[in-house]
Amino acid sequence: METTGYRLSVEGKTGEEATIRLAGRLSLDDLEPLMADLQAIPGRLMPRRLSVDLAGVEYLDSAGALVLIELQNRARALSIPVDLLNVSEKDHGLLSLIDPELLQRPPLRPEIVQSPILETMGELARRQFRDFQEIMSFVGELITALVYCLAHPRVVRWADVMFYMKRAGADGLPIVALISLLLGLIMAFMSSLQLKQFGANIYVANLVTIAMVRELGPIMTAIIVAGRSGSAFAAEIGTMIVNDEVNALLTMGFDPTRFLAVPKVLATMVVVPILTVYADLFAILGGLIVGVTGLDLTAFTYIQQTKSSISIFDFVTSLIKAIVFAVLISGIGCQRGFQVRGGAEGVGMSTTSAVVSAIFLIVVFDSAFAIMLYYVRH
Amino acid sequence: MSPSDTEPVIIVENLTARYGDVTILKDVSFEVYRGERFMILGGSGCGKSTLLKHMIGLLKPYAGRVIINGIDICRADEETLQAVRKQIGVLFQADALFGSMSLSQNVALPLTEYTDLPSDLIREIVRMKLGLVDLSGFDNHMPAELSGGMRKRAGLARAMALDPMFLFFDEPWAGLDPVTAAELDILIRSINEGIGTTMVFVTQELASILTLAQRVIMLHKEAKGIIARGTPGELREKSTDSRVLNFFNRHAM
Repeated sequence: METTGYRLSVEGKTGEEATIRLAGRLSLDDLEPLMADLQAIPGRLMPRRLSVDLAGVEYLDSAGALVLIELQNRARALSIPVDLLNVSEKDHGLLSLIDPELLQRPPLRPEIVQSPILETMGELARRQFRDFQEIMSFVGELITALVYCLAHPRVVRWADVMFYMKRAGADGLPIVALISLLLGLIMAFMSSLQLKQFGANIYVANLVTIAMVRELGPIMTAIIVAGRSGSAFAAEIGTMIVNDEVNALLTMGFDPTRFLAVPKVLATMVVVPILTVYADLFAILGGLIVGVTGLDLTAFTYIQQTKSSISIFDFVTSLIKAIVFAVLISGIGCQRGFQVRGGAEGVGMSTTSAVVSAIFLIVVFDSAFAIMLYYVRH
Repeated sequence: MSPSDTEPVIIVENLTARYGDVTILKDVSFEVYRGERFMILGGSGCGKSTLLKHMIGLLKPYAGRVIINGIDICRADEETLQAVRKQIGVLFQADALFGSMSLSQNVALPLTEYTDLPSDLIREIVRMKLGLVDLSGFDNHMPAELSGGMRKRAGLARAMALDPMFLFFDEPWAGLDPVTAAELDILIRSINEGIGTTMVFVTQELASILTLAQRVIMLHKEAKGIIARGTPGELREKSTDSRVLNFFNRHAM
């Protein structure tokens, strides 16, 4: 065990009986040179008979045994008989474990190779279509479950609803507040640089308020909630799928959608609008800070200007938007969770997909709202 | 390899294990000899999995030492520890195969990471290992497509990829039917006798303990340590401790 490496010597002439003497360690560490050395010998010497003397071998592991078996295979291909001499009892046990036939056996299934581009594209399209189908059927299930819960409020797991309201709402308030405050500061500061030139400082208040209440408040809040809670929903449900917990629910006669998805959806429907209001307020506060410190406005005039710049209509529609976004986030989060197959990798993919799809849907629906509200206003 | 070969290769000395303020094991000492099949027994919650995690260096002991092949793994630096880890193969209870990789990729992973072998040689070694555990042909199957017993064997093939000196098994028979479990016993024995790997098991599977173990220690929850040691036959026939007798005769307390 103290020596390292192997020693190899060959006796005998071409075409006659030859003996290979091996000594030292025949192990994984030297597998590559050992394999190359030994494989070359039968073809080079073409002996009538080949003996391999293992008397000096101190250590043989399964990689070393593999080399010997490959040597036998190689020699057999050249129809040279091979004898292993002085094999210790221990090494004999090891050699007998390895079945030379199995080394040749092809896999039961070919290796998966990259398929041609057309096939890949087709597969991709098929997967997109299936994904769309799954989303649609989930939407159906979710609506059924929600309607059922509306008719039977007692079946809703209200304790869970409260728990997720805390998770998605109260716990998320600090980050929503911070980001909105900074957003308000930035918007007010950047716009003041322009508006100052026209002496229109006061309109900083309008700009911040309208931008925030109509567009950025709901959208920023929704994106933060998608990142914080949508992903968490997907990971939670996905892990439950992997651990057979969803199957356990099914066998106990629960509807997983009603049991797992409905409380999350209801909770986010309540908290996202509230978070949106907070986001609006903090952004306005940010604007106020810039207005008072940088633009010589008084807090009173700034707030008056803010009040006059928005209508109840704007406020209400922004809350409706927030509710719609909440359903999108929690719905897609739960759906991606239920979609998980396999193990850890599946959970990771579904979590990523939950956030990406939620943000995409938020933007799509927001554009639809923008057009719709324009026509409602006029 | 004969059990008379009495060279201790794993030495656990006065090991005390704690989770926070809770002491799980106190002053546990024992030795494992080269080439033997050594089992750590005990009821649920007695700390046998904790002991195993200390032996493979996943947890650091509160006090005491674990010496593997002459190296104190509790105080070794990262580089030495890495070298020791290459000599250790572990078969985890939940097989711990990577679900996103095929069987051959799972087995090849340690080989590609720790050796510079060309890919055709690696493929050959992988074939051999899969053949050793009776899974030849399943190279390109995914773990999820296999039965529990096959997954266990695939996990064993991965654990053996680098020809480790030591194999650790955490409840290898859990969730296997008696026939599959007996087949695993035969496989483990042939590997132990053929390759001479030192094997340490953590288990409570009575049938396999009796057929496979050469020496055992038994842990107990209240004692927080070893309450019996010896061969399984000795413990079953000669022990005077009711806790040991109940375990071996499958009596309720």
